Amino acid sequence: MSAITREDVAHLARLAHIQMDGEELDRMAGELDVIVDAIASVSEVASQDVPATSHPIPLNNVFREDTPHGMLTQEQALAMAPDAEDGQFKVPAILDGE
Amino acid sequence: MTEQNYTPDQLIRLSALQMADLLRAGTITSVELTQAHLDRIADVDGGESGIHAFLHVNTDEALAVAAEVDAIRAAGGLEADALHPLAGVPIAVKDLIVTIGQPTTAGSKMLEGWMSPYDATVVEKIRTARLPILGKTNLDEFAMGSSTEHSAFGNTLNPWDPARIPGGSGGGSAAAVAAFMAPLALGTDTGGSIRQPGAVTGTVGAKPTYGGVSRYGVIAMASSLDQVGPVTRTVQDSAALQELIGGHDPRDSTSLPKPLEGLLTAAQQQDITGLRIGIVKELQGEGYQAGVLERFQEAVKVLEDAGAVVQEVSCPHFGYALGAYYLIMPSEVSSNLAKFDGVRYGNRVVPDGGGTIEQVMGATRAAGFGEEVKRRIILGTYALSAGYYDAYYGSAQKVRTLIQRDLEAAFDQVDVLISPTSPTTAFAFGEKLDDPLAMYLNDVATIPANLAGIPGISVPGGLSEGLPVGVQFLAPVRGDAVMYRAAAALESRLEQQWGGPIWQQSERLAATDHSQTAGGDR
Repeated sequence: MSAITREDVAHLARLAHIQMDGEELDRMAGELDVIVDAIASVSEVASQDVPATSHPIPLNNVFREDTPHGMLTQEQALAMAPDAEDGQFKVPAILDGE
Repeated sequence: MTEQNYTPDQLIRLSALQMADLLRAGTITSVELTQAHLDRIADVDGGESGIHAFLHVNTDEALAVAAEVDAIRAAGGLEADALHPLAGVPIAVKDLIVTIGQPTTAGSKMLEGWMSPYDATVVEKIRTARLPILGKTNLDEFAMGSSTEHSAFGNTLNPWDPARIPGGSGGGSAAAVAAFMAPLALGTDTGGSIRQPGAVTGTVGAKPTYGGVSRYGVIAMASSLDQVGPVTRTVQDSAALQELIGGHDPRDSTSLPKPLEGLLTAAQQQDITGLRIGIVKELQGEGYQAGVLERFQEAVKVLEDAGAVVQEVSCPHFGYALGAYYLIMPSEVSSNLAKFDGVRYGNRVVPDGGGTIEQVMGATRAAGFGEEVKRRIILGTYALSAGYYDAYYGSAQKVRTLIQRDLEAAFDQVDVLISPTSPTTAFAFGEKLDDPLAMYLNDVATIPANLAGIPGISVPGGLSEGLPVGVQFLAPVRGDAVMYRAAAALESRLEQQWGGPIWQQSERLAATDHSQTAGGDR
């Protein structure tokens, strides 16, 4: 059911914010096709009456007191930032030309 | 223990609990012990032909902590009495676990040079117990791989044969312990990253019950599967280390409310009369190396002779476990690794001539992530995308339920399950690097434990063509104690047969002449 195309990978790479060149897209498409073929068999046994398990050991309603603790200082939080200014993380323009 | 002088070469080959005994008796100091390990690291880990288990060596801090322990012991009194039994025994930490004062890279260029502003809970526990931290160990990038070939900072060599992989992702921790650079190490296991390196390096590695050890401060790969655990040379050492790092942590909401207790006691028990052991029918046969199956069958015989009751059990859905794992894990990876976008931390890459933030993120992630990480992010994005979600991710989660049911039925009949840990012994570098699927098949016997959240351990089962074979025990959720009991019983009986620990069968590891341990000419 797979047959992943180069265009599919380009779309997925865009969604995942990973820049890829043509050669990489071609290689990845071929590799993913093989992998997906090998793992797609899961749908054979996944009938409707089988409930899904998202977590191996169900622990529900894990709450704690809503009190601040163990916070980083602003200095600590920004210490390893690629770029910072005025106590904030600094990023390039979010929209073109602004 | 009789009074005896130990050379550094003898000291580093003792078990962690033996080292702890000598420290308590005052026969050796922690500074001597820590220095012996640092010297060993300097001798066999660095340079062109070194093992390269460590990405960072924490010399000054390790010696300072060792000196503190020695001073407390020398002063005596309440503080000395209150020292943890393992205080002063050095430890290595997988570089996926964050540490104040040492870089944490996750084996990725993305985080090269990154310094964490906080300690993981397991690191806090180690510091509180005063175990000197020797350094951070190599791994496949973000713990994705079975060979350490996916580390951005080079391969770690297998101390048994430098032409071969040390397993992965925790190959650095396993190689450090196998080559006597550390008696204890921390690993993480998402699909076998503690147990498979243990198997191929002749060491012991345990994945505790999911939630048994806090993951706070462990860089997440696949959150419903990840677990921290011990890497050691003996089963008792693993049990002791799991007791130290385990327990409830309010900062990890998946942490079990009650600690898993009595692990070391269970590992000391030795009696397995009447213990019911199940051989998993689906975890043998095709795809398993003949030598691996031979050692496995001998291990089963040893357990039977020791009084265990062995029967075959079937887990019919295990054939789908690999597929379920390689859908669930990449899906969680694609989500967990979204945070590495070059905004708050990590190495930002700006395209030539600048760019928008989206272009910067694309360039940052293209340059920062290696091939395998990208492959898994794309695979996960695919599995979660509209139109495929039900067929892939949804089905995989149902398979997870079926595997849990298989295991519940099996554990109605037996106390523990047994299988080979890995289908093969250590393979050569490059052998599977260009075939991702072949690499993934390494995990076939270890993955079910992660999907079901149960504990698993690998112990040395002997050699095949001169390379270590691992035997895996699996136990029910919260059954870590019985897992350690069974594993220790096998270990002690095999060591009786061999006349000592498995590493004595390696000329390279038994040799006290350092030049023989690392690969090639030095």
